[in-house]
Amino acid sequence: MANRNLTYDPTLYEQTRKKTWQERLSLFSLKMPSIAVLFLWSVIPLFMTLWFSFQRYNIMEPDKTGFDGLGNYRYLLSDPSLALSIWHTVVLVGAVLVITIGLGTLLAVLFDQEFFGRGIARVLVLAPFFVMPTVSALVWKNMMMHPDNGFLAFLMRSVGLKPVDWFAVAPLTSIIIIVSWQWLPFAVLTLLTAVQSLDGERKEAARMDGAGPIAMFFYIIWPHLGRAVAAVTMIESIFLLGVFAEIYVTTSGGPGFASTNLSFLIYRYALLEYDIGGASVGGVVAIILANILALFLMRSFAKNLDA
Amino acid sequence: MSRFILFCSTAFTLLTSIAALAQTRLTIATVNNGDMIVMQKLSKQFEREHPEIQLDWVVLEEKILREKTTTDAATHGGQFDVVTIGPLEAPIWGQRGWLTPLNDKLSAGYDVDDLLKPIRDGASYGGKLYALPFYAESSLTYYRKDLFQKAGLTMPAQPTYDDIARFAKALNDPSKGTYGVCLRGKPGWGENMAYISTVANTFGGRWFDESWKPQLDSPEWHTAVNFYVNLLQKYGPPGISSNGFNESLTLFENGRCGMWIDATVAAGTLSDTKQSKVADTVGFAPAPIAVTPRGAQWLWFWALAVPSSSKHQEAAFKFIEWATSKDYIRLVAKANGWAAVPPGTRESTYKQPEYLATAPFAELTYKSIMAADPLHPTEKPVPYTGIQCIVIPAFPTIGNQVGQMIAAALVGNISVDEALKDAQAATERVQRRMGIAK
Repeated sequence: MANRNLTYDPTLYEQTRKKTWQERLSLFSLKMPSIAVLFLWSVIPLFMTLWFSFQRYNIMEPDKTGFDGLGNYRYLLSDPSLALSIWHTVVLVGAVLVITIGLGTLLAVLFDQEFFGRGIARVLVLAPFFVMPTVSALVWKNMMMHPDNGFLAFLMRSVGLKPVDWFAVAPLTSIIIIVSWQWLPFAVLTLLTAVQSLDGERKEAARMDGAGPIAMFFYIIWPHLGRAVAAVTMIESIFLLGVFAEIYVTTSGGPGFASTNLSFLIYRYALLEYDIGGASVGGVVAIILANILALFLMRSFAKNLDA
Repeated sequence: MSRFILFCSTAFTLLTSIAALAQTRLTIATVNNGDMIVMQKLSKQFEREHPEIQLDWVVLEEKILREKTTTDAATHGGQFDVVTIGPLEAPIWGQRGWLTPLNDKLSAGYDVDDLLKPIRDGASYGGKLYALPFYAESSLTYYRKDLFQKAGLTMPAQPTYDDIARFAKALNDPSKGTYGVCLRGKPGWGENMAYISTVANTFGGRWFDESWKPQLDSPEWHTAVNFYVNLLQKYGPPGISSNGFNESLTLFENGRCGMWIDATVAAGTLSDTKQSKVADTVGFAPAPIAVTPRGAQWLWFWALAVPSSSKHQEAAFKFIEWATSKDYIRLVAKANGWAAVPPGTRESTYKQPEYLATAPFAELTYKSIMAADPLHPTEKPVPYTGIQCIVIPAFPTIGNQVGQMIAAALVGNISVDEALKDAQAATERVQRRMGIAK
């Protein structure tokens, strides 16, 4: 074992020796086709978005097209709803992450215990994930949160309270609730597998040292979940940045702009106002925002993922 | 060898052209409204009469239809041979050359002068007709005769908005699940703004003055929007900011509204005992007025047109002529009864004794449509045409944003003053962006 490096190992040698430039070139030319495909795949849409963002292009005005300099940028950046929609995007992502990971951890720990009917309960908690976003938004809109014939209104009336018109009074909160409901199963599933992968002997050792359930959670389970939480955060953020169907179905971004996020703003520009130039600027802003978030996430979770 | 190639290519061309003759496939884009679904069903008859034409239907929700057809027409995609469009698209697309003008194409028996004049005007640009109306509507006041009687009220022949406010107060009884008045609250240029524009018009307001300066922060708009917001906040149903035409229709059908001001097409559904619980007790009156009768009721139609990018022009003309003809109306009457024929397009429909007998709302619908004048929509002069749907390319953009702001005022997130100030600023911004409307 100790003298491994002293013996000649051809694989190790091949991996560590410096390659000549001819070798590098031939290796690169072999990799070239797939790199080219990947490059085109990811970069063409980006460049088209950038190109359109400098063009004056409104579908309704075919006679007024051409290079527009920073016109689109000036127009979008002066739009009072832009800052709001960026803020809503961040709030939506953040709130849903906190709710799904918080509740998800609790549920994961709960479902790790033995109890009667655990199998059925697990299936039930996973079910919302298989409902399509439009469908779940419709269900929430018409059957749960409707102020007249919704279930929540029924509950509130039955205890003598005045029903709340959810989408008018708290539009963004309502959407956060719907989206959290959809993404909770994903968090539970991922965190549950992590909890289950925890070594039973370690738990037993902790218990023998006198750790109660709370100490157990904070000192044994939670540190063990770090990696799973990082993965859930990453994957959910990717999808949550682009939440659209739930908003389209329930509030159409309103009332006012109270529930417009960045992807709904882009939709409004491109398909309700036919302003391709303006929508492309929105796309550029979305790319920048996504990269800032990604950078932030990578920084804070990098050590967890490397571990 | 070259002769062989020549032979082959000739044979190929011949064969393909025979195949093309045998089957012209028309792609028809239309809305998922009841009358269009009937058209789709009855079009089997058209295919029997024209075995060389096969119809492919693309039936979509209004908003999605508009996105698809606009993109297709603007980019000359040629995806659709027949499109279903409204009074906003017909003249603008006609002017842009995206539609084929129809005047010379119509056959002698079509009787173009039989089409109601306001509708014909709305579907034309520069004296040329660009779309054939399939059905048309104005707006009416619907009310519950039984509730009115119980409360000791009578609906005048021409209600005013003061009357409406008084009635709404008397009829409102949330503990029994009845609300004084149902109106549109869902934001959108074709949703809440369609109704709110008529209120603003009758209170003496206008969207733009003669030099295209937006008038949304004018006193008339303030009075009108304050009236609308007050009325709904006090006597409207809960969840009003997500109620469009269909939501209100459901509420009224189930006896939840004392009054409802909306499209004339609802009259047919409301009087149908199979669909409506209030069929026996629903009453009809003209749309209310305030300061002036001008623009108090709206005008809307769905019409069929042929994009200039369609490759099957002749077949497409045949179809749109068939679907908007007198024969088609008779066909619907034979299949589903006279009350179900597409309303509002032809004089001859309103001279049909069977129709007038089965549809108690027919005469009022006709009068409302004829009274709507899209060429002179407001009391004060305006540079635009259109009552609730201003015929400029920027209107969807402006209408959607203003609609959102008024919805925010309706739910009380901002005041009416703030909403109208924001609306004015947003409109000016869009105008700067798109250039003063042309």
